[in-house]
Amino acid sequence: MTRIDDSFARLRAEGKKAFVAYIMAGDPDLETSLAVMKGLPAAGVDVIELGMPFTDPMADGETIQLAGQRALEGGQTLEKTLAMARAFREGDQKTPIVMMGYYNPIYSRGVERFLADAREAGIDGLIVVDLPPEEDSELCLPAQAAGINFIRLATPTTDAKRLPTVLQNTSGFVYYVSITGITGAGAARPEDVAPEVARIKAATDLPVIVGFGITTPEAAQGIAGIADGCVVGSAIVKLIGEGRPAAEVLERVAALAAGAHAA
Amino acid sequence: MADDGINSYMTGPDEQGRFGIHGGRFVSETLMPLILDLEARYEFAKTDPEFWAEMDDLWKHYVGRPSPLYYAERMTEHLGGAKIYLKRDELNHTGAHKINNVLGQIILARRMGKTRIIAETGAGQHGVATATVCAKFGLKCVVYMGAHDVERQAPNVFRMRLLGAEVVPVTSGRGTLKDAMNDALRDWVTNVRDTFYCIGTVAGPHPYPAMVRDFQSIIGKEVRWQLAEQEGEGRLPDTVIAAIGGGSNAMGLFYPFLDDPSVRIIGVEAGGKGVDDRMQHCASLTGGRPGVLHGNRTYLLQDEDGQILEGFSISAGLDYPGIGPEHAWLHDIGRAEYVSITDAEALEAFQLSCALEGIIPALEPSHALAHVVKIAPTLPKDHIIVMNMCGRGDKDIFTVAKHLGFDMKI
Repeated sequence: MTRIDDSFARLRAEGKKAFVAYIMAGDPDLETSLAVMKGLPAAGVDVIELGMPFTDPMADGETIQLAGQRALEGGQTLEKTLAMARAFREGDQKTPIVMMGYYNPIYSRGVERFLADAREAGIDGLIVVDLPPEEDSELCLPAQAAGINFIRLATPTTDAKRLPTVLQNTSGFVYYVSITGITGAGAARPEDVAPEVARIKAATDLPVIVGFGITTPEAAQGIAGIADGCVVGSAIVKLIGEGRPAAEVLERVAALAAGAHAA
Repeated sequence: MADDGINSYMTGPDEQGRFGIHGGRFVSETLMPLILDLEARYEFAKTDPEFWAEMDDLWKHYVGRPSPLYYAERMTEHLGGAKIYLKRDELNHTGAHKINNVLGQIILARRMGKTRIIAETGAGQHGVATATVCAKFGLKCVVYMGAHDVERQAPNVFRMRLLGAEVVPVTSGRGTLKDAMNDALRDWVTNVRDTFYCIGTVAGPHPYPAMVRDFQSIIGKEVRWQLAEQEGEGRLPDTVIAAIGGGSNAMGLFYPFLDDPSVRIIGVEAGGKGVDDRMQHCASLTGGRPGVLHGNRTYLLQDEDGQILEGFSISAGLDYPGIGPEHAWLHDIGRAEYVSITDAEALEAFQLSCALEGIIPALEPSHALAHVVKIAPTLPKDHIIVMNMCGRGDKDIFTVAKHLGFDMKI
């Protein structure tokens, strides 16, 4: 059992949907992003997705691209992102942290070294966009062996034939990408997403969380209502990009979380 | 055949799309079903005589193949050593080797029922080739090009627009070729159902590196029979040389010779201002290390944190921080050698080709020619070098004029 499994068990017992929030580590600087991160659990965030900046984020829209650039320009590295998670863990033993990003910085550090460091830093799960099931031996299987969940993305193009392949080595939860597209793009409608979520839930006992295109508390409520929870990323990162103070960002996060929790 | 336990160098990639540790399919889940479909369709097309009949017909009547294999007599005399042949792929329709591959991919896209074609381009040659074939088949074409390249390659941008393509200047990241590739991938993931991504080089997720290689291999196959025709039955080149950005023209020349141990294979990377000066080159093999980008593992220019660095070269067509995975593998096992040539050396070779052979080469093959200039004098007169003249230099005259201090303003 990881913190992710514990959190979803608790939410299920309470009859609540999960609210997952994404922030980019080091955006716009380490101090600000750590302050936001520390405030997320109190704002109602059940799972934190901590973005690892990368120069070439091929699956991300402009908002997250720019966040990654700000972080890199501010000197953020994988080493510092791990240190940030460690600093967060000193004050919070309960909230799961999922690191999300691209494979090259991890590969560059060395998979074994990265997994040992991530475990020690209190990381519970990984989402690595450019590692499909076909590349499971790279990181997915070693991560599971190290006790870290590997969370897979399922998408509208993941058809019935492929779904078992996608679910096979997935743990923690399934992240359903509600649109064919990049982060921060068009909004998904609950009525379109519901049958897809049902299709996935029929094939797995894992919680199914829906992300991409959710920007308002109402949308969070609508999407969380037809799944086990929802993810908001770009809408939060956008506020940080506009230079809003941590308190204001967290206020918005609280409103989004309240939306999801009202579902 | 190979003598180090490998029966053949021509069997790759394996089922996972690997050449040794390189290659693979490092893409997001949204694209994965399409990549698998493409692989199945390509596997079928590869052995389908109708597919190749269509290719051969277009290669002959639309592209103008076979391209000549030309004995560069004055260049040979000037250098005073090896006998130099130039494979004249700059005489193809659209002025470069790029169209060899574009035709194959577009025919495949049509068979898959795709109606919209996207491409990335650096110098604009691949973009022009794609726009050309799309115009011929009445397909919608969108070309992603770094904002900086849009500026410095204005004639090619206009060409693409004349051909009916939409050219999208890419400002994300640093607005370079790799960012254009990122934006093309973002477009693809968004429009995956009707869109085909026509990749311009032997890189990207499997099956692209193998597929583009197979389409470009027409270059090396022609060289085999053309040289035999001119030098006698069974005569193989002693050395084959080509320039490398992503590496498609080089792979096309090298591949048919991989299992001929007497043929020395040399790839020439862009050394920019010199491979010693950090960041001032784009020689991925000589100055990079293995990493994962744009769907494959290969040698990349990157910092110690795994962040990708920008390449630098006088040639926009070589300006990419990676290299095709099959080259990475050939480098690892030592079947091919890879060297680098600086901007200054390429500029000199460019002028030499103009003066001695009446051929204005693109800056990309000027790099290969610069290496020929280095080694030919050291080789005996019966040593045959075949170099791929993969593109013509019209697009580069502004860049060259600037470097030579010539005022082009009319």
